[in-house]
Amino acid sequence: MQETISFAPQLAASPIAGILWLIPALPIVAAGLSALLNQAKRRTSATLAIGSMSFSLLLSLVAFGHVLAGWAHGAAGRETVNFTWIQVGAANVDLGWVLDPLAAVMLVMVSFVGLLIFIYSIGYMKHDENFTRFFCFLSLFAGAMLGVVIANSLLLLFMCWEIVGLTSYLLIGFWYQKPAAAAAAKKAFLTTRVGDVFFLLGIVWLFSQTGTLLFYNNGAGSIEHGALAGLLAQPAALGLTAAGAIGLLIFAGAAGKSGQFPLHVWLPDAMEGPTPVSALIHAATMVAAGVYLVARVYPLMQAGMQPGGTTTALTVVTWVGAFTAVFAALIAVAQNDIKRILAYSTVSQLGYMMAGLGMGGVAVGMFHLITHGFFKALLFLGAGSVIHGCHEEQDIRKMGGLKSDMPFTFLTYAIGMLALCGFPLLFSGFWSKDGILEAAQHWSVAKTPFYMLLFGALLTAFYMTRQVAYVFFGHWKGGKPAHESPRMMTVPLAILAFFAMALGAIGTPAWPWFRAFLDSRAANFDLHGFMEPGLLALMGTSTVVVFLGLGIAWKLYGDKSPRPEEPDALEQAAPAMWAALRDKLYVDEFYGWTVIAFYGWWARVSDWLDRRVWGGVVGGVAGLFGLWAQLNRFLDNNVVDGVFDKGCEELDVGGGLLSRVQTGRVQTYLRLLALAVVALVAILIWSSRT
Amino acid sequence: MTPLAGYLLVAALLFSIGLAGALTRRNAILVLIGIELMLNAANLNLIAFWRYGPHPEALTGMMFAIFSIAVAAAEAAVGLGLVIQIHRHAHTTDLDQMNRMKG
Repeated sequence: MQETISFAPQLAASPIAGILWLIPALPIVAAGLSALLNQAKRRTSATLAIGSMSFSLLLSLVAFGHVLAGWAHGAAGRETVNFTWIQVGAANVDLGWVLDPLAAVMLVMVSFVGLLIFIYSIGYMKHDENFTRFFCFLSLFAGAMLGVVIANSLLLLFMCWEIVGLTSYLLIGFWYQKPAAAAAAKKAFLTTRVGDVFFLLGIVWLFSQTGTLLFYNNGAGSIEHGALAGLLAQPAALGLTAAGAIGLLIFAGAAGKSGQFPLHVWLPDAMEGPTPVSALIHAATMVAAGVYLVARVYPLMQAGMQPGGTTTALTVVTWVGAFTAVFAALIAVAQNDIKRILAYSTVSQLGYMMAGLGMGGVAVGMFHLITHGFFKALLFLGAGSVIHGCHEEQDIRKMGGLKSDMPFTFLTYAIGMLALCGFPLLFSGFWSKDGILEAAQHWSVAKTPFYMLLFGALLTAFYMTRQVAYVFFGHWKGGKPAHESPRMMTVPLAILAFFAMALGAIGTPAWPWFRAFLDSRAANFDLHGFMEPGLLALMGTSTVVVFLGLGIAWKLYGDKSPRPEEPDALEQAAPAMWAALRDKLYVDEFYGWTVIAFYGWWARVSDWLDRRVWGGVVGGVAGLFGLWAQLNRFLDNNVVDGVFDKGCEELDVGGGLLSRVQTGRVQTYLRLLALAVVALVAILIWSSRT
Repeated sequence: MTPLAGYLLVAALLFSIGLAGALTRRNAILVLIGIELMLNAANLNLIAFWRYGPHPEALTGMMFAIFSIAVAAAEAAVGLGLVIQIHRHAHTTDLDQMNRMKG
């Protein structure tokens, strides 16, 4: 820690690592500048946002290239730049940033998807009067998110994390005139806050144990070997080591941000925000921040793991992830809002990522994060295009037949949907999901997560097919005919669609480039990768599952296009289950009855205490003082004032009398003087007579 | 009647005339003259007490009287100056109208 005092980069840091801070700083500066602009400067604010984001993307690509070059030479390392922020006595609070494969991959993904969505937003938000404010928030978000990615200090990460949460709140509530949007923003803010409190506890605990919040610092960082050994030796409650307990606390923060059960309730409601926001923040990047956080502190999570074993923290991560994956997929089946389906799908996919991290390691989870970032952004932007084309209609039952009206959107949406379902071979989602399934299959603790995730895959294929059937097939049921979106919106769709397919190539079993890159190993192309025992069988199984889901959904919904008021095909088959799923399995209601009811009750108790008990005490004291004041007033009026007034009256009379003598005539005075002299002489004579 | 008593009687008479003039006259200059008369009555007393006192050989009484006359001359000059200023200011020397110091 001593050698990194002041703002000087470490000697080992390369030029690009030295200026890595520019990547988040540029969009933040752009946000600050556009905050100063007035509403009319739409073009300037959009230019600022997109310009800064382009530079960030450029720098990210350079950074990625730098790491890639290092990796190709077999020296993919981790470069950190640390500096002391605050020095309190002997303790330093250090901040810093890190450039390693994990950060580099994430940087490129975030800035690339972010840039595309910025461009798309110009088209989508064209008619909004608060265009400038929108781009200001969006840039601030992008900057903070990139800050999360490069942070080498848990504290810096937490700061950016909170800014990200703030911008999420601001953007969900962007149309604050809508009561639903304002409520959703509040809900998102409060729900993620629950996780963040635990996160903060974890940070404080980690700092108290290790004395540093830097991740990597030449062996002295908090998740490097030395600190971890100390944390493992420290027992916490319930048979956990300090490492495990802190890991779980940090995971609680991640669960809040990434919408894991039971803190997932805010994410579907967050769809009240503008669609580009849903795509950027609530699908591709911010919600992935939780997954990224777990990946970042992975050494802490897996501290003390025996080969082939697991740790308590990772087990919890796995179970929460797997449960969320199935739970959210179930709810997604019975939703009718095009964005809500995607939102639950996002929750479900985040569960997959968490499960992947828990069972397979950083590379498995991160690969799904990256591919999901692309295809889910694609789906959301596609959904935005559909909503735009259907004149702000979001209910899928009122759409239909859009494949002929919006052919380009349909094509790209279909690609995103197939990628999400994990359609075999061609689509990236297949490879990343198979990675997770493979890890689940070999998990040493239990096989249940594997079956859960497989079931989740079936549900995913089902609800996505249902959605696509409703939206694009059948016949148009709305009023005004739908129209295709402008070029500004479709070009980003095309680019994202390309990556939704192509990205799978970097993570196939034959060429596990992504995993090798993250693990800093060499990647070889070897078709024998497919020949690992059980792998082909697994791929077959997942293919069958996907086709099963697609087939059932197509049979139920197909080209039928029911009228909006007609019950859903599944509703006819199982009305009770449908109702439960439609009502989101009553989680919100459950919170309403428990947490919110408790707070309501507590508020009423506090109110009663305030009014009756504390209010009574305060009122009593106030009454006593009132009485005392009355007494004082009586005394003042009748005793003190009486004496004083009397004295004043006397003085007044005396003054009046005396003033009569003051005639102003000199001779009067002289006369008085003469009289006085005469009197004086008389007195002298009279007194000297004796 | 001793000679001293005679002088004192004359001085008292002179003082009373001066006082009466100062108190009754309306014209400021006549009041000033009355005051001068009272002053000279006092001077007469000083001389008489010196001449018939225990040490007539020392010239103390004479010195007193000369000083007093000198001071009276200066005082008369100041007094006349004031009267002229008042006359310029108020266009009168009637003391009954000089009552602006009325309380």
